[in-house]
Amino acid sequence: MEAPATNNQIPGELGIWLFVAGDLIVFSVFFILIALGQKENADIFVQSRGKLDLWVGVLNTLLLLTASWFVAIAVERCRTGLGATASRYFSLGILCGVGFVANKSLEWGSKITQGINPATNEFFMYFFVFTGIHLLHVLVGIGVLCLLRSVSRSPGLNERRIRTLESGATFWHLVDLLWVVLFALLYLL
Amino acid sequence: MSNEKQSIAAIAPLTLAWGILVAATGIGWWFGHTAQIAQDGARLSIAGVIVTAFFKVWLIGFQFMELKRAPRWLRHGYDAWVIVVCVTLVCICLR
Repeated sequence: MEAPATNNQIPGELGIWLFVAGDLIVFSVFFILIALGQKENADIFVQSRGKLDLWVGVLNTLLLLTASWFVAIAVERCRTGLGATASRYFSLGILCGVGFVANKSLEWGSKITQGINPATNEFFMYFFVFTGIHLLHVLVGIGVLCLLRSVSRSPGLNERRIRTLESGATFWHLVDLLWVVLFALLYLL
Repeated sequence: MSNEKQSIAAIAPLTLAWGILVAATGIGWWFGHTAQIAQDGARLSIAGVIVTAFFKVWLIGFQFMELKRAPRWLRHGYDAWVIVVCVTLVCICLR
């Protein structure tokens, strides 16, 4: 995969990249807290992780990766003047996001029914709090994708609108990459 | 080149990246599985889980967030974040 020539223009607006940088720093702290917890309470973490359904995590990972793929295709189609068909890809991305929320809700519901909650132990405190904060990002991301879908349908996609699309898509991809690390640390280690 | 052909050409690397990300998810799962069952190879497997996850993070940034076309300061800033957090997590978990 070769790197195309770089230019001096950032994808999307500067503001979204400042937000991305801030969010990456905050989540880096979350990741480090999970790793430290794993190190200090290895037995509790291993036992608790065994109570998670790995396939729920795998399915959610595939849903977000696929949503990101659809969103990236949609932006590319808007850029090449095919905005009319791009909204279809945004819709597919939204569908994957809704699938993630439904799957996560079922997982949480199942855990709470089993008497597992954030007060159970350190692992489940991190599990509920960090995946909860991430879930809020997903919900905001779904709202952003709905907005992008309506922007993509508007006639005459000028450069300003393309930058709006790129900014919104960047937020969605941020949601995806944060989940990739949470999935590895909470489900796989 | 027509818009449709131009779009198909631009989408091909995105599809390749998605395929690699799905395959890497399988590799990450395999590392996780071996980390949970093996005693002697667990350290390598733990490192494998974390490095695979951050490779995916890098690829999402490079392809989907279009850092491949971004100015160097932004692209390398992101690369630096990926490397620093990945190395920090590996060091904590293997310490």
